[in-house]
Amino acid sequence: MYKIVKMVAQRLALGLVTLFVVSLIIFLGVELLPGDLAQEILGRSATEETVAAFRRDLGLDLPPHTRYIEWLAGIVQGDFGRSLASQREISELIGVRLQNTLFLAALAAIISVPLALFLGVMAALYRNSVYDRAVNVVSLSAVSFPEFFIAYILILYLAVKFPWFPSLANVDPTTPLMERAYRSFLPALTLTLVVVAQMMRMTRAAIINLLASPYIEMANLKGLSRSRVILYHALPNAWAPIINVIVLSLAYLIVGVVVVEVVFIYPGLGQLIVDSVRTRDIPVVQACSLIFAATYILLNLTADVLTILTNPRLLHPK
Amino acid sequence: MTDLSQLERLLRVGGVSRRDFLKQATALGITAAVATSAANRVAHAATPKKGGRLRLGIGHGSTTDTLDPATYENLYMQVLGGAVHGKLTEVGNSGDITPELAESWEPSADARQWRFKLRQGVEFHNGKTLEAEDVIASMNHHRGEDSKSAAKPIVDPIETIEADGKDTVVFALKSGNADFPFIVSDYHLAIMPSKDGEIDATAGAGTGGYSIESYDPGVRTALKRFPNYWKSNRAHFDEAELLAIVDVTARTNALTTGEIDAMDRVDIKTAHLLARNPNVNIVETSGTAHYTFAMRTDTPPFDNNDVRLALKHALDRKAMLKTVLRGHGVEGNDHPIGRSNRYHAGDLPQREYDVDKAKFHLKKAGLSSLAVDLSAADAAFPGAVDAAVLYKEHAAKAGIDINVVREPNDGYWSNVWLKKPWCAVYWGGRPTEDWMFSTAYAAGAPWNDTYWEHARFNDLLIQARAELDEAKRREMYHEMQTLVRDEGGVVVPMFNNYVMGLSKKLAHEEMGANWGFDGFRAVERWWFA
Repeated sequence: MYKIVKMVAQRLALGLVTLFVVSLIIFLGVELLPGDLAQEILGRSATEETVAAFRRDLGLDLPPHTRYIEWLAGIVQGDFGRSLASQREISELIGVRLQNTLFLAALAAIISVPLALFLGVMAALYRNSVYDRAVNVVSLSAVSFPEFFIAYILILYLAVKFPWFPSLANVDPTTPLMERAYRSFLPALTLTLVVVAQMMRMTRAAIINLLASPYIEMANLKGLSRSRVILYHALPNAWAPIINVIVLSLAYLIVGVVVVEVVFIYPGLGQLIVDSVRTRDIPVVQACSLIFAATYILLNLTADVLTILTNPRLLHPK
Repeated sequence: MTDLSQLERLLRVGGVSRRDFLKQATALGITAAVATSAANRVAHAATPKKGGRLRLGIGHGSTTDTLDPATYENLYMQVLGGAVHGKLTEVGNSGDITPELAESWEPSADARQWRFKLRQGVEFHNGKTLEAEDVIASMNHHRGEDSKSAAKPIVDPIETIEADGKDTVVFALKSGNADFPFIVSDYHLAIMPSKDGEIDATAGAGTGGYSIESYDPGVRTALKRFPNYWKSNRAHFDEAELLAIVDVTARTNALTTGEIDAMDRVDIKTAHLLARNPNVNIVETSGTAHYTFAMRTDTPPFDNNDVRLALKHALDRKAMLKTVLRGHGVEGNDHPIGRSNRYHAGDLPQREYDVDKAKFHLKKAGLSSLAVDLSAADAAFPGAVDAAVLYKEHAAKAGIDINVVREPNDGYWSNVWLKKPWCAVYWGGRPTEDWMFSTAYAAGAPWNDTYWEHARFNDLLIQARAELDEAKRREMYHEMQTLVRDEGGVVVPMFNNYVMGLSKKLAHEEMGANWGFDGFRAVERWWFA
């Protein structure tokens, strides 16, 4: 147990360093983009005078390193600062959207993870059968199409031709839970189709990989049923790769959904970061990237811890 | 458009303006009296009904928007402003200037001083009553050294603003401007309640027909009818919801599935398919919005007017209108004044695609061939890159080699426009000739993207601005349009229509053409039939 705690602490410390590097890269990246917030906000209407007034007001006329250090000082004290464009507290700006993003990711995960596991185990169980091939073809096709295409197809059939679900997922904090799940169903289904193939294939492959092991042969020789061999003998040892791919998919559901957000007008973090990059609203971009980076770091850590828990041998490297 | 009943239907749904209706009806051989009564019959048939919840899907809106009218830069905020805020004056449905918060106004003889008499008993959403000090504070928000307002250039000509009692405001201008009542109708110049001479620009309180219930930038706004609204014949919906739906396919889906009642910027490639939907009307207005290719007249080879003329003749506007806009627009005539403007010079001959003339001017410029770069990006206007490539094809026949430079969309307005010698540009247009010319054609104007300096034009501009005699003004603006057309640095291929999709449940009067969504006033002007 002590080893796990030590590893978690080490990884968290490393994570902080990663976050710092990420923030630096993002800051430099946005700085390199042409134009600044004043020009982007005023757009066509910009004149030199108004741009200068804008910069004076927001401190954009200060040199980049001064602005970065000021921002960093705020972050260390837990203050994300204010959006340059709207002057709203970033924590308040992000709060609702982060909830929305997490809700959509959770909904998609609730549908896709059990589905993928079930399909994967069944595919391993009936390897090379018609069922196995059909599942593979369908899920691989779904993952090969771009997300917006799947989204439009779903809208066409499930919202326009058969108006069962709304084509706009406009939820707000006052929407009741069931209504929210109903409105978010099409985006969640789109995401499910995008992520299910990878998880399903990994489950199938991990199990099949083990089927050649001597202890599985032993189980077979004992005359156990095929489903018992797979569920009780093979699956527990296959968890490590499966957990890893599930966690990576979850991370994707949180940080990679901007296209789905745009198509379904879902007010999540992706849209916020795109708008903020467009207007060069650096503090908001920074805050969003830190959340995304932290998501990856934490989920990867979780994956490692879970992997060790399912396979304690990993704690004792030879 | 062959018979009167069809025309009547168009008039009813706003597909044709009252003025055009009368013109076309007369062309059908119907006497003016019959045509006018038919037009009135339609207007009369449309008695607004109260109630309902309007849901607009708007193809703009960003999380970085703010409620401060000084930074309104997209249709979402403009429509929101149109519902929430009143201005001193309003551009009416047919393009004329009508009183709003100002009941009446009076210029001095030289049009330098304007007295606006304010309407009595107008209430703000926060309960305050409109007074002269509110108008002054609202205007001052855009003026002065530290102004971050996009409207700064248009309020710059104001020298002083003073109150004369509680209900009169006197503007003194640096020079005479006969169009000043149009200037104060600008969507930035919203009148807001003041406190100690300052307005709280982001509080969102106005005098408009709807007050803001909730506002989530880039997502949605919930509006509620303001019970004490002073206009009795407007603001028919009980509630309204403005949704930012930037993706055009999502917007179209939302309209066809009934999630919204109206959308802007219908995808013109699929407009004919959307028109087949039994619940949707496609409504178009042709206003002052136009596309241009701006040449910097201070940069060779565009400093030679013959080169400019050669290029103007080397473009097939008809083909471009048909290809890029699929006919949803009107041919341009190399000047920025649209048909809905008061002094549009309709009798100027249409500039035609003429390879011989292009070659002639090229020869006159002492050139046998010409190679120029044309910068374009879809940020300039949708289809700008296609339009540039089309231009290249047309010009090649005249021995002109146009090299289309595809610029990044990001930062187009700060890095390409006003910088590159020749680039594609979009103009929303301005309600008056003077405004358009002073913004983009006057010598020294910050957005004079052709860097054009024409002594006669600039003289006329100042004269016409202060001229209160209609006939003389018309003559001057006519000459100025001719000057821009024949000597200016701008190629105007076409004026684009505002193409909207409306649920058939919606009704409205003649649709304002000055801006999209009924001059930004859809929320207070429309109703459910």
